[in-house]
Amino acid sequence: MAGFLLRRAGGILATLLVTSLAVFGSVHLAPGDPATFLLGGRSASPEAVAAIEAQYHLDDPLPVQYVKWAGGVLTGDLGRSVQFRQDVADLILARLPTTLWLVGYAALLIVLVGLTLGALAALRPGAVDRLVLVGTGVATATPAFVAAIGLVSLFSVRLGWFPAFGNGSGLGGRISHLTLPAVALALTFTGLLARVTRASMLEELGRDHVEVARSRGIPGSAVVRRHVLRNALGPITTVTGTVVAGLLVATSIVETAFGLSGIGQLLVGSVTVKDFPVVQAVSLLVVLAFACVNLLVDLAHPLIDPRLSHAKGAAS
Amino acid sequence: MAAPLLDIEDLHVRLAAGRAARPVVDGVSLHVASGETVGLVGESGSGKSVTCRAVLGLLPRGAAATGAVRVDGSDVLAMSAARLRELRRHHVAMVFQDPRAAVNPIRRIGDFVTEGMRAAGVPREAALGRAEDLLESVGIRDPRTALRRYPHEFSGGMLQRVVIAAALAGEPRLLLADEPTTALDVTTQAEVVSILARLRAERAMGMLFVTHDLELAAAICDRVYVMYAGRIVEAQSADGLFARPRHPYTAGLLGATPRLGSELPPRAVPGRPVSLAEAPAGCAFAARCAHALPRCADEQPVQREVGGARVSCLRAEETADD
Ligand SMILES: Nc1ncnc2c1ncn2[C@@H]1O[C@H](COP(=O)(O)OP(=O)(O)O)[C@@H](O)[C@H]1O
Ligand SMILES: [Mg+2]
Repeated sequence: MAGFLLRRAGGILATLLVTSLAVFGSVHLAPGDPATFLLGGRSASPEAVAAIEAQYHLDDPLPVQYVKWAGGVLTGDLGRSVQFRQDVADLILARLPTTLWLVGYAALLIVLVGLTLGALAALRPGAVDRLVLVGTGVATATPAFVAAIGLVSLFSVRLGWFPAFGNGSGLGGRISHLTLPAVALALTFTGLLARVTRASMLEELGRDHVEVARSRGIPGSAVVRRHVLRNALGPITTVTGTVVAGLLVATSIVETAFGLSGIGQLLVGSVTVKDFPVVQAVSLLVVLAFACVNLLVDLAHPLIDPRLSHAKGAAS
Repeated sequence: MAAPLLDIEDLHVRLAAGRAARPVVDGVSLHVASGETVGLVGESGSGKSVTCRAVLGLLPRGAAATGAVRVDGSDVLAMSAARLRELRRHHVAMVFQDPRAAVNPIRRIGDFVTEGMRAAGVPREAALGRAEDLLESVGIRDPRTALRRYPHEFSGGMLQRVVIAAALAGEPRLLLADEPTTALDVTTQAEVVSILARLRAERAMGMLFVTHDLELAAAICDRVYVMYAGRIVEAQSADGLFARPRHPYTAGLLGATPRLGSELPPRAVPGRPVSLAEAPAGCAFAARCAHALPRCADEQPVQREVGGARVSCLRAEETADD
């Protein structure tokens, strides 16, 4: 088990290294440079440009810039934002709570609604199943920004139930402000999880041991809980993990649409102006989240299915 | 005469419309008395499992059953869901063909053995204690540890013993064994059969033993029913069947059984079984029968008594005299 965790930690570090190189490279290979943005399009003397480039180490060769930056990250310094002239760490910390609330809220909706609809469809073949299939098909195909527009025009403008804009404060304020964004964010993934749940449960429903349980006089609800849903959890967990990590990326569209100042909006704003330290830091954060969620999913699998044990994996 | 433990009368099971040209079970009548071991023999696809499951009120999805399946006089086909659960918990239990498929792979053995008792309201500790005794009685060493293990830690033969232990947990009066040794290797087959036979005798249960191995059936059963294409073609005492098969299909099956110690490979019954898409008008076996006459293809034989056996063959009286 300890060996497994060590190997996984090494894997995560390697992933972070490769990602940081890729993001670094792509930001710098793209046309345009931060100095031009900082000068706001004004024509400036070559001295002024040089001063700015020196301040942000933009005059160093690329590898040197990378090493300087990476060294900073390792000592806990994520650098300074070109655009905001603030420490990147402070920028991120200030915006993290909003994003975490939004992602957590959406994840809750996805799991609750997705599992319920998927299970319902698997257990009620016929009209209910078809209805869920159509509904989840539409949900999966609806882009988050289209959902955002639709939700705002119905629930904020017409009905006035939820605010259309801003972060909100306090628990109640947050929940009411984040409800529409969370629904917009959750829609596609809810459809996805419902379909995975349905397929996985249908597969388990067809197993002999399910009929054996029925043949022993176990009540239907217990059979579904203990032998169908429980056995179907493997694929459901994998997809849930990927979805939750993916929410950190998908949130940028929703945060922009609803004017929420979170990590996603920060990322979009920073990419546009090539605010390299911010883009780099947010990208690493997202990759780190993906890696951690995957690790959690992999740790959960042997608990779900005892046939998959890490002890065996390590021996082979 | 007291009602037999199991009394199946003219059972027909039809699959959902369009799935089959003929009923998968077509007028089966059989009975099992308390304490009796009865064999149900036939090639794969003849409807043995469907018949067996009908005794527990389990039918293929969308299938319709007519006739009667009486356990202790009450008709299973007419039971409410609650009565069916009661029947399955306390009166009839089944041992399945493939223990690997029959046991949930991700739950502990203890969960599997106690599940039926727990559903019937036995407290957890008491159920675990009984499970330990049951595992012991089917010859599982160190039953207390076994309860905490998972199915993949057991061999097929050991797992089938677990399935048998679980089937006995509700103290059933009737045990249905649906090809309980077919999925096992040869050496464990004999062990599992002898465990079943011993427990059946100790507990004075009735047992319906399903197999495609006529010789095995003849060895452990009091009486044997031979099934072909959903119908019972012959029924008689195990000794009588072995000594004098009355139906050409039974004779063919006996020829197809591998003999212990014999160097000769078994001769299979020539031809292939009737598929569900075919609905022959006359005797279903006519197309494969060496003794068939032209009328066998058109005329359905009526089951009748011939020389101490019940046979459905138009020529049963003639072949009885050879
Ligand atoms: N659930 C089911 N759905 C559709 N067909 C089935 C089902 N169960 C059994 N059958 C069909 O019914 C016939 C008899 O099956 P079965 O009773 O399992 O045969 P046996 O046990 O004698 O090998 C087979 O042709 C089989 O394909
Ligand atoms: Mg079968």
